[in-house]
Amino acid sequence: MRAKIAKSCVQLVNRVSKAAGRGAGTVIGGRVGLALDPQLLAKLSRGRQVVLVSGTNGKTTTTALVCAGLGRAAVTNNTGANMPAGHVAALSAASSQHDVAVLEVDEAWLPKVVSDVGPVVLVLLNLSRDQLDRVSEVRQIALKWRESFRSLPNSTVVIANADDPLVVWAAHTAPNVRWVATAHQWNLDAASCPECTSPLTFDAGSWSCRCGFARPEVTASLSDEGIVVGSSHYDLALQLPGSFNRVNAVLAVTALDELGVDPGDAVARLEKVTDVAGRFSERIWRSHRMRLSLAKNPAGFAALLATVTATDSFIAIGINDRVADGRDPSWLYDVPFELLRGKTVYCFGDRALDLATRLDLAGVSFVLDDTEWPTADDVLVIANYTAFRDVLEGSTAR
Amino acid sequence: MKIALLYPELLGTYGDGGNVLALVERSVRRGIEASVSEVHHGDEVPEADLYVLGGGEDGPQRMAADLLRASSFASRVSDGARVLAICAGLQILGTSFCVEGDDEYQGLGMVECVTRRGSSRSVGNLGTEVHGDRLVGFENHGGVTELGADLRPLGRVLHGRGNDGSVDGFVTDSIWATYAHGPVLALNPWFCDEIIAVLANRELDELATVADELYRRRCDVVFA
Repeated sequence: MRAKIAKSCVQLVNRVSKAAGRGAGTVIGGRVGLALDPQLLAKLSRGRQVVLVSGTNGKTTTTALVCAGLGRAAVTNNTGANMPAGHVAALSAASSQHDVAVLEVDEAWLPKVVSDVGPVVLVLLNLSRDQLDRVSEVRQIALKWRESFRSLPNSTVVIANADDPLVVWAAHTAPNVRWVATAHQWNLDAASCPECTSPLTFDAGSWSCRCGFARPEVTASLSDEGIVVGSSHYDLALQLPGSFNRVNAVLAVTALDELGVDPGDAVARLEKVTDVAGRFSERIWRSHRMRLSLAKNPAGFAALLATVTATDSFIAIGINDRVADGRDPSWLYDVPFELLRGKTVYCFGDRALDLATRLDLAGVSFVLDDTEWPTADDVLVIANYTAFRDVLEGSTAR
Repeated sequence: MKIALLYPELLGTYGDGGNVLALVERSVRRGIEASVSEVHHGDEVPEADLYVLGGGEDGPQRMAADLLRASSFASRVSDGARVLAICAGLQILGTSFCVEGDDEYQGLGMVECVTRRGSSRSVGNLGTEVHGDRLVGFENHGGVTELGADLRPLGRVLHGRGNDGSVDGFVTDSIWATYAHGPVLALNPWFCDEIIAVLANRELDELATVADELYRRRCDVVFA
């Protein structure tokens, strides 16, 4: 009864919030509901198969890919509200006919959400430095995951990135794991072994430490042409750009395989996805044809920059430093901007000067003055969290 | 000028590579030759004019301290090499520091200072005054560092916490140490140049870059 009232309140508050024009109305209702019934998330999850997706980069995209690949409607928090209030709001608004929920979860909240909802599938993407002013140290997150996964039941299948040593270390305590080979590129945060702090050796698509901690045997993998799940190979031609989206896809398809979706059908559905919540979308901004991408930490930027070096468009990069972005943009020095040498980057956002200084030291030309932007050409925009949101809101569909 | 970046895989959480990059770029643009070697786990510590130690997490910090203890680092510094140490790097040079809770760990003892676990983390902008100049950066650490009576702080804290809320870092004839990352030399061109001038043993020409405007902007924000 209490849960029912709380659920109604979530829906009511969200409708009022939306009508009043205050935000998208997803988080405030959830907060009210959780205040009325702290067990609300657990109660709303009952009777549904819940898939959780977490990690530093790719949460929103992978969550969208799992939903797209499912082939039927599912409950999801596709507004990016990835803490319990957002989960409660999404579940409260959902029809009872939707028997599957696919939720992205903030890394720091994952242990709590896992224990509340009892997921059937838990997808662990990657762990790297991000918003260190908020979560302090990435290894602390890995440690919290590791401790909480000890109490997972055998019925929860963890789908984990076998090429990210921090993810592997965290997932090692879970009783039922499917390891997926992804050719994950970012190892700056796992140069030393999470188990014993000796240096890890990365070699020929594998990695190991002298203490015995090593890459586990995989049951699914990403290849140049496609993906292998079990013993079957599926070609994969995504419309979403970048090798990092192929990594998201192989993890999504493995999760879907676990839910009983045929991997071939799942792949065909994933190939139709063109953008995810504005990410990778083609829009009009400041009268330019624009392709917009989100990158908010070194690993995300590194993956994205690798895809833009051959572009004919001019490149604009926006960096903000609001709470949701992290207040300290020191991480710009961990981004390999040297890849952009020979190009000019148009800088915008709260911390455009920090970006320009970083680019100057990298030997990359930059422009700080908005009035000096090219007038006609297509633009490729990369922006961190709130800068991305500002551009998305200030642009129009093509 | 030979710069050695020590164990970036262990001490490099906060864009610490930016300090080395600023040192090299601001030297080379004035015609001062500068080379960088990265020293990794298992490598000998090479001869260098400047060693750079960055920030790091608890486990890697402990391992870096052990590696440095077993190396020629301290003897090379007493033979005349210099050191820039940031955050965890600063703590390692002292007598002891705390890792993983309140476990005390032995430092290199190159200077007399002790770092204890603070009651809360210091996270935010750090603004100090260093012999009349303003230094800006960002701090993110859990330590409270107490300097021995003979050890001179680098700066006086005007905003943030630094060592203990009143002073930040320390400075000796051979070491500059601060809690400011940021990376501090990219954000504070004058401080970068001060180090280059000492290493090159000469006066430097003016060098105008976009970093000057960034520095003014950050000073306006941090010291507002």
